[in-house]
Order: sequence, then C-alpha cells, then structure tokens
Amino acid sequence: MQFPTFQQLIQHIIYGITVGGIYALVAMGFTIIYNATDVINFAQGGFVMLGAMIMVSLNTTLNLPMPLAFFLSILIVTAIGIIFERAAINPVKNASVITLIIITVGASIFFSGIALPIWGQDPIYAKPFSSGDPVSFLGAKISLQQLWVLGITAVIVVAVQLFYKYTIIGKAMRATAINRTAARLMGINVRLMVLCSFALSAAVGAGAGMAIAPVAHASYDMGSMLGLKGFCAAVLGGLGNGVGAVVGGFTIGIIERLAIGFAPLGYSGYKDAVAFIILLVILFLKPSGLFGTSQK
Amino acid sequence: MIKDSSYKKHIPTVILAIILIIYPFASGNNYHINVMTLVGLYTMIVVGLNLLMGYAGQISLGHAGFFGIGAYCSGLLNVKMGLPPWISAIIAIIFTAGIAYFIGIPTLKLKGHYLAMATLGFGEVVHVILSKMDWLTDNPDGLADIKPFGLFGIKFDSSFVMGQYFMAWIIAVAILVISMNITNSRVGRAFKAIHGSETAASSMGVNIAKYKVQVFVLSAVYAAVAGCLYAHFRQFIAPSIFQLHTSITLVTMVVIGGQGNIWGAVLGTVLLTWLPEWLTVAEEYDIMFYGILLMVVMIFMPDGLVGRLTTLFHRLWSRFSPRTQAEENG
Repeated sequence: MQFPTFQQLIQHIIYGITVGGIYALVAMGFTIIYNATDVINFAQGGFVMLGAMIMVSLNTTLNLPMPLAFFLSILIVTAIGIIFERAAINPVKNASVITLIIITVGASIFFSGIALPIWGQDPIYAKPFSSGDPVSFLGAKISLQQLWVLGITAVIVVAVQLFYKYTIIGKAMRATAINRTAARLMGINVRLMVLCSFALSAAVGAGAGMAIAPVAHASYDMGSMLGLKGFCAAVLGGLGNGVGAVVGGFTIGIIERLAIGFAPLGYSGYKDAVAFIILLVILFLKPSGLFGTSQK
Repeated sequence: MIKDSSYKKHIPTVILAIILIIYPFASGNNYHINVMTLVGLYTMIVVGLNLLMGYAGQISLGHAGFFGIGAYCSGLLNVKMGLPPWISAIIAIIFTAGIAYFIGIPTLKLKGHYLAMATLGFGEVVHVILSKMDWLTDNPDGLADIKPFGLFGIKFDSSFVMGQYFMAWIIAVAILVISMNITNSRVGRAFKAIHGSETAASSMGVNIAKYKVQVFVLSAVYAAVAGCLYAHFRQFIAPSIFQLHTSITLVTMVVIGGQGNIWGAVLGTVLLTWLPEWLTVAEEYDIMFYGILLMVVMIFMPDGLVGRLTTLFHRLWSRFSPRTQAEENG
C-alpha cells in the first residue's frame, strides 16, 4: 500500500471525475436505448469513437473552426445512429436477447472496421478546445480540457433531462419507456420513439467522445473500453435509470482512479479490472443497481 | 428430436469422421490443416456453449475466460513446476471446473441481460489478470516455452501438424458424442425443460439451480480442455486471444450454426474460423466486412444456418413433391 499525499488524492479524484463524466455520458447512451427498446447497444462505444474522430478530421483536415466541427460531428453521428437503427435494429422483430447483442456487436466491429482504414492504427492528435495554463484547485492542477469535459458532461446531462421533461417528443419517449403498449394506445408512434432514442443516444455518445479526445488517445479502438466501462456504470446505477447512470459513471471513474492511487507499485495495471469487479459485485448483491427499482 | 433407430443416428458422426480423416490428406497445406486444428479446439468450446445456450437457455459472454484459465493454468504448471503436460492439463481442467462452479452459483441466478453482463464482467476480469501475468511468466508478451504433449516418445509440437490435427479432432469428436448422449438423456431433457420454461420445469420437480450450474461447469470444462490443447500445441500463449472478442465470436458460432443443434455448432465454428481467412481478400476492409456479415446473418437468419437450411429444404421438398403441392392447391 502506498499512501498518496492530500494533494495527490485531490489530483486523483479530479482525474476520476473527468473520466467518470465520460463514463456517465456513455452510460446515459446505454440507458436511453435500453429504455426504449430493451436492447443493450454494444455499439455505443462506436458512437463515442466516431464523434471524436470525425470532429478531429473536420477540425484539422477541413480546417473548420472547433465549435462548428463539434456540432457538425454531433449531426453526422446522430445520422449514423438513425441509419443504424433503420438498417439493423428496426428490421429485426421479436429477436432474442442474444441475437440483438450479436447485431450490436456486429455494428461495433463494423464501426471500428470503417475507422481503421480511414484514420489508421495510431492515435490521432486532438487539439484541446482552448489553450491556457492549468487551473489550481486545493493544490491540485486541473487542465482546461478537464474543465471542458466536466462542462460538456453537465450541459449534456441537463439538456437531456430538460428534453425528457419539457418537450413533447421527450415526454412521448418517457411514456414509451414506462409502458410500450400503453404508449401505443395513447397514440404515440413507438417505432418513431425508438428511432429518436437511437438518435439521442448517438448524439450523447458523440459528445462524450469529442470531449475526451484531447485528454485520451483518439484512435479507432478507443470506443471499446469506454463502452464497456460505461456499460458497468449503467448497471451500477440501475439499468434504465438515467440519474443512476450518471452517478454510476462518476462512481466508477473515481473508484478506478483511487485504486490506481492506492495500489502498490506495479499493480496499477489492474485498474481495468476495477469496473468489472464492481459490476460483478453489484450483480451478485443487488442486480437492480444502486437506484433501480425491481426489474421490469 | 425424433428417436432414430440406433444405427441411423450415428450416420452424421460417421460422415463427419470420414471428412475429417480425408481433409488433411486432400488439403496437403500445413497452414490450412493448422486452421482446421483451431476449428477442432473451438468446436469443443462451442459444443459446450451450445449445451448451455441452446439446451439450457443460458447466455455466457465470458467463455474465453475459461479457455484462458485452462491454457494459462496448464502452461504455468508445466513451465514453472515442470509437471508433464498431461498432468498439468488434468489439474488445469479440474481447477477451471472449480472456478466455474463457484462463479456459476451466484451468476446463474441472474437472467437474460443481467446474466450476459455478469459473464462478460467475469471474462474481462480474467483477461485483465492474464494480461498482468508478467510477474509470473517473466515475459511481458505472454507465456513461452510450454512443452508439447508427448505420447510413446512422439512429440506433438508445432512441426507435427498432422499429429496435432488428429489429436484435436479425436477429442473434439469424443466431446461431440458425449454431448449428444447427454442431450438425449434424462439430464438433457431437464435442460430442454429449463429452456422451455423455468417455472414449469421447477414445478415438475427439476432442480433448476443444480442443472444450470452443472451444464455451466461442463461447458467450462470443454473450454478448459481446448485451452490446455491450445497452450501445448502453440507452446506460447498471449492474453489477447482470451478476451471479450473471442467470447463473442464463440457465442456467434453457436447462434450462426443454430442454437440447440449440435451439428449447427460444428458448422458455425467452421464458417466463423475460416471467415477471417477468406476475408483477407478484402485487405484492410476485412474487419468491416466481418461486422457487416455478423449483422446480416443475424437480421435475416436469427435461427441460424441449420434452421434456415432445414426450412429451405422443406420448402423445396414440398414444391417438387406432387402430393403436397396438390394438397396446397386443394
């Protein structure tokens, strides 16, 4: 056991919150689709990767200003999400859990299979959103991009909540999530709501990818690990629970970082196991997650 | 399954055996024979997964973990403690069975998505542990210098391609035959009852929890057998094969072949093991095509190839058989 100083502890927690925000967004993406369709979308990491890569390409290759590249990238990935739903999810009716899992896994392989020839194997450099010195906080340093990650996470989380609460489509999507048959009887076009949930989920995923790209390595396979960790976060919070997904994301991010901080030297490589051990513990003790009610 | 007369039900096994015996001599290409040896190893795991998924209705996205535990355990016992491969393999299989038993009890209480996630989590934890084994293997890339199996003074190392091929397939066919006997036994009927409806099965007196753990352990044992053979055939193992990607490929082999059909499992394994080899013609786009094929097959034939081919066969049969055509018209 090594004991980090207070300053190091704060530094680890800040890192944890940054990564946790990304996990939270990925977990939200899982939740949005799961609520509408009962599908666990293993291609969620693909949206994250595509968001990051497309933004970097628009910004560096086409020389578009960063904000424009950011919003264009969201639009493109949202369109990809819509096409994915129309092409691969919509035609399958009454499929078993395992069939749907394999379809979404196939999509995730497809996304990285497209990204590999386009962007190559090596990570590409993503410019930070703004340049400047890191900010000091309780003796720890926060880079500006970390602040951007937190800000973008907060904006997306709040925006999605407002969308669900105050727009008619958001309300219809919530109704669909609660009871599909009842929603249909109320005249809600359930199939359209499924499509909307894929679009929204893809947009949220792309946002996560773009925010993290300058901090982490943006590469064709960046989505797979982020996707799996976000998936653990979604289960920890209670599958299908939006608030739970966000809390689960931050919890896993912080615990993972603290595990690195406290691990004896040479053991920090086990950090990738932390999220999955949390996943197993929560499934064995309380499968409905921290915030979940009983399974639906 | 219809009760066939006793000799008839062995016909597919005999045909498979004949094809397998002819193949290496007809092919003559060492690389192709090695791929078929790998097919044999995967067949063992896929047959076990097929029992678990198709007959008992449980999902596992973590079987590469058992494959890896078997391989690393046997390899480490052999390299570090100098145990002969046969002994280390047997200990590794028993060890894997023990782990599967302890993991299986809490895991198999879960259903559907939650079961899939728990097995996925288990597989990833195993993968991380195997990836950080360098303190034990003294090699950051994997475990090297594993001794090959020896039988009557013959070494089954990588230069003895035919020997590895036949050893793999003799064991694989033995596992196939054992599994077919299980599905036609009292235990097999219990599995099918669990798949049909757990509530109904349990009210008929089937001890669901016990049978589920049993089939889970059995499928893990098959994976461990494949793992031991893999380790001593290749003589070098790296953690990268023992991860989620492989687990999902194995599950896909079951589904593409057709769940609940052991011959489907063999077909699915052959196709998916060869697919990456065929896709090399697409060069850098091979991964993309692999993804597309997975989606297309699942969208258009969710029951797998064997199921689809059977319906196709029946349709053709009824078209060309005048009696049934008359019935349809009438």
